[in-house]
This record gives sequence, C-alpha cells and structure tokens, in this order.
Amino acid sequence: MSVSGRSDTALGWSNDRSAWFSKAVRVLLCVSAVLVFCGPLLTIFSGAFDDNPDPTKLSVVPDNPSLANFAAAGRNHIWDYLLNSLVIAGGALLLQLAVSVFAAYALARKKFRGQAVVLLAVLTTMMLPEEVIAIPLSLVIGDLPVLHVSLRGTLLGVILPLGAWGFSIFVMTEFMKDIPVEIEEAATVDGAGELRIFARIILPLCKPALGVVAVFGFTMIWEQYLLPLIVADDPSDYTLTVALLSLRSDDQVGPGIVLAGALLALVPSLLVYLGLQKSFLRGITTGAIKG
Amino acid sequence: MRARAVPWLFLLPALLLFAVFKYLPMAEGIRLSLFQVRPFLGDIFVGLDNYTRLVTDERFQDAIGRTVLLAAGQTFGSMIIGFGLALLLEGHARSLWFVRSAVFLPVVAATAVIGEIWRLLYYPAPEGFLNTALDFFGLGPWTFLDHPDTALWSVMAVGVWKGAPYDMVLILAGLAGIDRQQYEAAAIDGTSTWQRVRYVTLPALRPVVTILLTLAAIRGMRVFTEVYVLTGGGPAGSTDVWMTRVFTTAFERNEIGIASAGSVLLFLLTFVMTVIVQVYRRAKEKV
Repeated sequence: MSVSGRSDTALGWSNDRSAWFSKAVRVLLCVSAVLVFCGPLLTIFSGAFDDNPDPTKLSVVPDNPSLANFAAAGRNHIWDYLLNSLVIAGGALLLQLAVSVFAAYALARKKFRGQAVVLLAVLTTMMLPEEVIAIPLSLVIGDLPVLHVSLRGTLLGVILPLGAWGFSIFVMTEFMKDIPVEIEEAATVDGAGELRIFARIILPLCKPALGVVAVFGFTMIWEQYLLPLIVADDPSDYTLTVALLSLRSDDQVGPGIVLAGALLALVPSLLVYLGLQKSFLRGITTGAIKG
Repeated sequence: MRARAVPWLFLLPALLLFAVFKYLPMAEGIRLSLFQVRPFLGDIFVGLDNYTRLVTDERFQDAIGRTVLLAAGQTFGSMIIGFGLALLLEGHARSLWFVRSAVFLPVVAATAVIGEIWRLLYYPAPEGFLNTALDFFGLGPWTFLDHPDTALWSVMAVGVWKGAPYDMVLILAGLAGIDRQQYEAAAIDGTSTWQRVRYVTLPALRPVVTILLTLAAIRGMRVFTEVYVLTGGGPAGSTDVWMTRVFTTAFERNEIGIASAGSVLLFLLTFVMTVIVQVYRRAKEKV
C-alpha cells in the first residue's frame, strides 16, 4: 500500500526502500536545516568555553576549552546581571500567574455588570504594543500616580508593569470557561466559600493551562529589553540581556566574555523550552489562531 | 452587596496594573505628543506641531520606509522558509520530531542573545565565521552589518532566521489538518507532487497563512530589539527604523513630545491594521 503511505504528507515522503534517493535528499536537507538553525546557537557554547586568542574565528567545537571567560565575566558583574534577570523573571512570572488566574476566575466563572467592558479592556491591552508606550511608561515609573514614588532603578519597576498580561488572562479565561458548572455548584451546596472553591476546585483543574501561561510568560519576560533598559538608572540595574550590549561596547571586554554572558542568558530559555515543550507548541497554535 | 463585589475583587489586581502601566502611559503619551516637553520649565501646548515636524522630517520618513521594507522582507522570508521547513519536516517519525525541536530553538532564545551571536557570525573580516563559510563556496568576503548597503539585509536575514521556525510550527499544524483523502484522490488522478502542493496543500493552508502574514506584518512595524542590538540603527543610519528613531529622539535628544507623536502614530497604524484584520476575519467566518 505505498499509495496510502505516500499520502501521509504534502510532499508524499515515502518509506519504501526503492525511494532511497528521495530519502537521502531528505536526510541531507534535515541535516542542513539543523546546522543552519542550531549551528549559530552551538557557536555560543563553544565560544563561551573557548579560551581563544582570536575571537573572530568562531567554531562549533572549542579549540582550547577553559572556564576563563566565565571567570572574567564574573569580574564584569555578570552574576549580578543574571541575578537581576532571575529575580525579575521569578517575581514577574509569579505575579503574572496570580493576576491571571484571579482575573480569569471572575471573567469565566461569574456574571456581573460591566463584564463585557472589562473583557474589552483586557483585549485592548493586547493591541497596545509595549514599544509604543515605552516613553510615557518611563515617566510613570519615575513618578507613580497617587503614591508619588519612583520605581526607577528598582527591580520592582520592571516586575510590576509585566504583572498583568492580556494574553495569559485571555488563555486562562478561555480554559476556565470549559470547566463544568456542576462541580462548583456541588461545592457551594456543601458550604464551601468563594476562596475555597477557587483554590481547592478551580485552580487544580487549570494545571494544563497554567503550563501554557507559565511557559509563555517566562519567554515574554526573558525577552524584555526596552522595559529594563528604560527602568534602569545605572548599569548595575541591567538585566543580563541588556547588559550584553554594554559588555560588547566595552573595549576591555572580549567576545569570549560576551559569549559567556549570552550562554547564561540562553540556558534558562532552553531549559524552559525543553522541559515544557508540549505546552509551548500548544500555546503557539491556540494563541495565534485566537489572538 | 457582598456577592456583587466578589468578581471585582478578583479583577482588582489586573485592572489596577493595567490602569497604571498600560492605560495611564497611553493617555500620557497622547497628551505629551501635543506638547513641547521641557522638564522643570513647564510644558508648552503646541497642538499638532510635533506631528507635522515628525512627518516632514526626512530621517523619520526614511525610517518609516525601512521599517516597511524590513517588516515585509521578514514576514515573507519567514513564511517561505517556514513553509519549506514544514514540508520537509512533516511526519510522525521520532527523528523528524527531533529535527523539528532543534530547528525551533531560535524562536525560544531571547532576541538580545541572538543579536550578540549574529554580530560575531557576521564579523566582516575575511576570517569571520560566515565569511569563512562563504569562502568555501567561492563567495565573499561580505561586509554584512558593517556597510550601509548590506546592513539592512543582514538584519532582515536574522529576523527571517528567528521567524521561520515559528511559522513552521503553525504551518505544520495546518498541514496536519488537511484531509488525507484529498491526497489519495490526487494520487489516483495521477498528479505530480508539485501539482498536489499547488492545488491541494496551498489552498488548504490559506487561513493559517493569512493570519501569520498579518500578525507578522503588524509585529514587524514595531521592531526594536533586533535592530538595536545588531546595529543600533547604523551604520550611517542605514538600519534606523521607526522605533529606534523614536528611542533616539526621546532618550538621546530628549525631545519627548516629538518621540511621543511618533509612538502615537505607530500605535494608530498597528491598531488600524489589527482592526481591519479582525473585521475581515469575522466577515469571512460568517460566510
């Protein structure tokens, strides 16, 4: 039944032994694709561990393996930048998750006046590109309304603006809508209070959606560039990704050190992606089609 | 009374954060765009002056042109290469799954990291990584980011490299949704592979492709990080785009009013694009 086998894919890739030529072509193309898309990332690894006197010659395997770049990067405060990044990622992600599940609970499980307006307000923020509000946002962060406190130069100044994210509220809301009402009603009859229902019944059922929202939240926060840049008062406030540029422009710092920093900034993304790959791919398909 | 407050209590954190960090800055941005902003001296209302100064500014006009070119190039480039990757990597074999995961990595990595690595790969001397590779094929050495004629194309290539695997995932999802019987029917009719892709696969993918193209085009208009880390808008302003222009105007030349006008215009443009796409999609779904 080679006909049905060949109908599995658009190009009709075949598993027949007789089709060795097309198979060889496919393997060759796959290898080139991996080289083109992963090769550049591999050079970060080799470059970061390479004690290479001529840093323009990157290779896929280090010539002279050493940890010298990391030691030198440490003298350029790389660990402080990494710590900034990790604190921001952890804090903003926790806040984002909490804010999203609370808001989604109200939007998905309650009926109240003004619901449509709130939903619209949330969706509108998704059409409001961060880049566009960067300048006035930097002024707001410098002088918070009512409180008149400045968050400039603080990690909180980066964390709070990332705390509420339309995408994750939206994904959580859509997911919570699908939980049957009967579960909640049974609990209400048993006399469980609002917070109890939320924490003990709804939240545990949302685990799959939490995975999607967490993985996207992390990627979105780690990707932040303009925000930490405008909040920073002084280079010591930089996140690791922002610090890479200032490290590169420093004549005293060689590419080896920049690559060590780039590697440290890359590894958390890789770990999150490899660990939660399924959530990631599910989120992309739903997010793009609904957003 | 108490029951009525419950949903609002749950919404409070989100609404508060949105109000302070999204809506207030938006309103403030619109207000500032109408003023000549002078710290400590008091702002002067100038009406639409900032807007006229902006749109008549030649450097800004050039930046808009480059933004459109960059957005279009990255959008279509990613789409075409993503489509090729999807066709190549479609299938259930475990080895293909592995290749797909590997190819997807550029999407996950932060733009700033990607910028640093490509700056080194693009090293313009003959002994640079990419120039060594080009030399193997008898080409180069190329100047890449170092010359006004090649810098924008080099930035675009990085965008395509990061965008193509993302498009691939969505096109793969689209390919998986195609009814296999259509392929079998095509095979019985004796069509060539090319005809099959052209007349069965491509029409079936049209909805996915439309969404991808429009979302990418909208995102492309606000490109900042890639350009900022790769070239900072140089050399000689040859890669200066809308947002890098706004950033320079605001934080280096301290012309907050004009920069705000640039932001508001960009917002209006992306907003109108989004609304048109949404309305178009709703209308299509109803048919």
